[in-house]
Amino acid sequence: MEILIYGTVNSIALALMALGFALVYGISRVPNFAHGAIYVVAGFITWSLINTLGIGYALSALIAILITGVIGALIYRSMLIRVRGMAISEIIASYAIGLAILEGLRWGGFKGMTYTLPLFIPGSVSLGGVPIDIHRLLLVGIGGGVIALLWLFTHYTRIGLAFRGMAQDERAALMLGIDSDFMALLATAFGSMIAGLAAIVLLPLGNIVVEAGYNVLILAIAVCIVGGLGSWMGAVLAAFLIGFAQILTVVYLGSHYQMVVALLAIIFTLIMRPSGLFGRQKELEERV
Amino acid sequence: MNEMPILQVQEVTKTFGGILALNRVSFDVREGEILGIIGPNGSGKTTIVNCITGFVKMSSGKIFFRGKEITGKPAHKIADLGVTRTFQIMRPYYSLPAYKNLVIPLFSPRAKRTGGWRGGGKLGDRNTVGIDILEEIGFERDSFVPYKMASALPTGYLKRLELARCLALRPEIVLCDEVFSGLSMSEIASMVPLIERLQMDGITLIMIEHRLRELFRVADRVLVLNFGEKLFEGTPEEVMANEKVKKAYFGSEEVEEVMTYA
Amino acid sequence: MTFIDRRKERLDRGIKVRADGIYALMSWRELSYLTLPRMVLIAGMLLLPLLMPNLYWQRVISIVCIYALLALSFDFLAHFVGLVSLGGALYIGTGAYLAAILNKKLGLSLLFTIPAASITGALICTLLLLPCLPLRGVYFAIVSLMYPLAIARVIEALNIFGGTDGIMGIESFPNNWVEQYFGIIMVLLFLFGLRRLVNLDIGLVFRGVKDNDQAVRASGMSVAYYKAVAVFIAATMGCLAGACLSHTYMFAGISLFALDFSILPIAATVIGGSGTLAGPVLGCLILVPISELLRSFGTLRIAIYAVVLMAFIVFKSEGLMVYGQRKYHQFERWVKI
Repeated sequence: MEILIYGTVNSIALALMALGFALVYGISRVPNFAHGAIYVVAGFITWSLINTLGIGYALSALIAILITGVIGALIYRSMLIRVRGMAISEIIASYAIGLAILEGLRWGGFKGMTYTLPLFIPGSVSLGGVPIDIHRLLLVGIGGGVIALLWLFTHYTRIGLAFRGMAQDERAALMLGIDSDFMALLATAFGSMIAGLAAIVLLPLGNIVVEAGYNVLILAIAVCIVGGLGSWMGAVLAAFLIGFAQILTVVYLGSHYQMVVALLAIIFTLIMRPSGLFGRQKELEERV
Repeated sequence: MNEMPILQVQEVTKTFGGILALNRVSFDVREGEILGIIGPNGSGKTTIVNCITGFVKMSSGKIFFRGKEITGKPAHKIADLGVTRTFQIMRPYYSLPAYKNLVIPLFSPRAKRTGGWRGGGKLGDRNTVGIDILEEIGFERDSFVPYKMASALPTGYLKRLELARCLALRPEIVLCDEVFSGLSMSEIASMVPLIERLQMDGITLIMIEHRLRELFRVADRVLVLNFGEKLFEGTPEEVMANEKVKKAYFGSEEVEEVMTYA
Repeated sequence: MTFIDRRKERLDRGIKVRADGIYALMSWRELSYLTLPRMVLIAGMLLLPLLMPNLYWQRVISIVCIYALLALSFDFLAHFVGLVSLGGALYIGTGAYLAAILNKKLGLSLLFTIPAASITGALICTLLLLPCLPLRGVYFAIVSLMYPLAIARVIEALNIFGGTDGIMGIESFPNNWVEQYFGIIMVLLFLFGLRRLVNLDIGLVFRGVKDNDQAVRASGMSVAYYKAVAVFIAATMGCLAGACLSHTYMFAGISLFALDFSILPIAATVIGGSGTLAGPVLGCLILVPISELLRSFGTLRIAIYAVVLMAFIVFKSEGLMVYGQRKYHQFERWVKI
């Protein structure tokens, strides 16, 4: 029972982390290695807004998410758009941006254990005999909500459908009058906002540390690869797979092995079924 | 002449997402023959080549080369067995001179084993062998043509280069994906003797073509595909006379004039 | 509407044209035109240790060589085979830990540990990277990035190989001069060795793998195999660098899996000029001393490299070496249209 609950919590957390990355990659085909950095930045912005400017929690969160979206868009507009299409340069450029942000933050005084975000609602309840923080329950709720909203968005709104169109075939989308650069810009902004949301929801469970940036990046990538680069629902499913695997490892082996699980998941997927569970890139090995 | 067909394609099916590109296509290829594969656009011609040569995984079906199953093998292993192909969208090494384009395939295990085309079983100096092969296919040896950058060569030469790349492996089968397309009348006219010469040297050729007139001149048998299904199989004359084929291509009966050109 | 009446034209210098091909042997001037850059490089590098004022800077030379090996491996993989290796730290860490273990636990000497760690480390790294070789380039980048980060965590978590403290008390080089010259000679060997390799016909196959892997597969050659060979070569260089590092610092710890080793080679390559193989070495000669000077800034260094790297990539700067080569071989002039 405990495993079920905590497994679900962990899975939704992973899904939140990964969706942002999956969104950006699925639509613009640019792997955003700065994803982890954006996550951490969102946390710090929220913290600064709350503590330095004294703005209320909810409002800070909202503003932070919006700012994060803008940052994502800026990153795309100023850097990634120039290197789009050149695979090697894309990777190096987004990686460099992420590093610059993270290491810059690390130096800029944001180090150590002293930065935290408060829980949404403190306290815990008992669910089927298992104690669980209310915050974690909210996490599941919010995460589930985001996934549902994303599904609705991509299936019923114009922009969402345009996203799906671009994810499937960029040229065809172009021919239908969808401005691919603008869509990619929006996708990066949205992806960043989701990352920001993930940060705000997840960071209260721990401290805001720069290391989290790298961890989130690894986990997000792991989930996306297992689910199939380019498939959002695949990412959600993979999040559950890896999420439960991690919890099982924690219970039976010890909490240090979580990263190992992520790494093993990637390697296993690449050996067995490189396109992942639902990879649209099934043509990975098959392109002619 | 061998009794067993050199290539056996059985019930090959391929779906891409929701599209059924090939639907239970079966045919045999006899050793040493030239088999043409024709069909309207989208009938699955290139897909069948991709499936046979391992560039695309089939959804179901089996393929046998000289009796041994090659279903699902990776592309380079299939090429290593001697089943080679050209590309419809040409893929020469543009930044290299023409003869260097051939040096690369001469590094393959098969080239090492067989010595490449006319190698006689042992591989000599790759550059020399490369130039020899180019001469075989019509690049004038004493001119500068073999040394020109592939990016500077016209289509006719590039098509021959694609073939040469297959020859470097001393192939048993060459699947030619639209080698006649993009060529002028005279270029095709000079290509046809090359094809016939390859057949005389013992290579089995499977030619995907749109240019029916030229194809019917060289092909021994022709296979007609339509919407991923085998529509008809027979000699060129039989194909020309077949009602189903005419309907598939032209949708009407006023076809006599076009077909009589061949 | 602007009216352009002239354009810039770039032509090969006369001496380059004359020096191309066998005619270069006809005169000393042409010969020296060709060999001068290389002589300068070799002589310069060999003289470098003698010019260093103190031990601190001599140590810097050793570090430069280590990074240079790493940068060479990155350039080779990225430019000639098409694989972007974002985690050079993987090779360094593997080589370093192997050398440390061979030295401390088995008591083997330098002479043995360095070659052994290089080859064994290369085998291990190639095996680790094997799953992503048949796939598209982006997977290789992702996996290579992850390995060092993940392995560092694993070592920390399982507390093996010395855990967070690392392995200390490793034998060091007999003296400073050996330390520096070994590095320099290795760099020069690999630099010219790789140059040879990519200019030979076999180098064409690697380039084919990068530009046109479908054609390579259609010619009966396994793309994954050639990529593995290339990775093995690169990993050998990296593990060699790592082994030297552990003997230089007499220490091997998880800090060796840090980002420093992943980002600096990339930055050095981009700044020095990717594709030239000598460029990355040049880049290291520039960046490593700067990096030492910036030690007090802590990890901000990495942020600075990252920014510089971004600027170079985005503004498509060609890198110093490429610029230098262009100036050396060609001249420009305005031509009326």
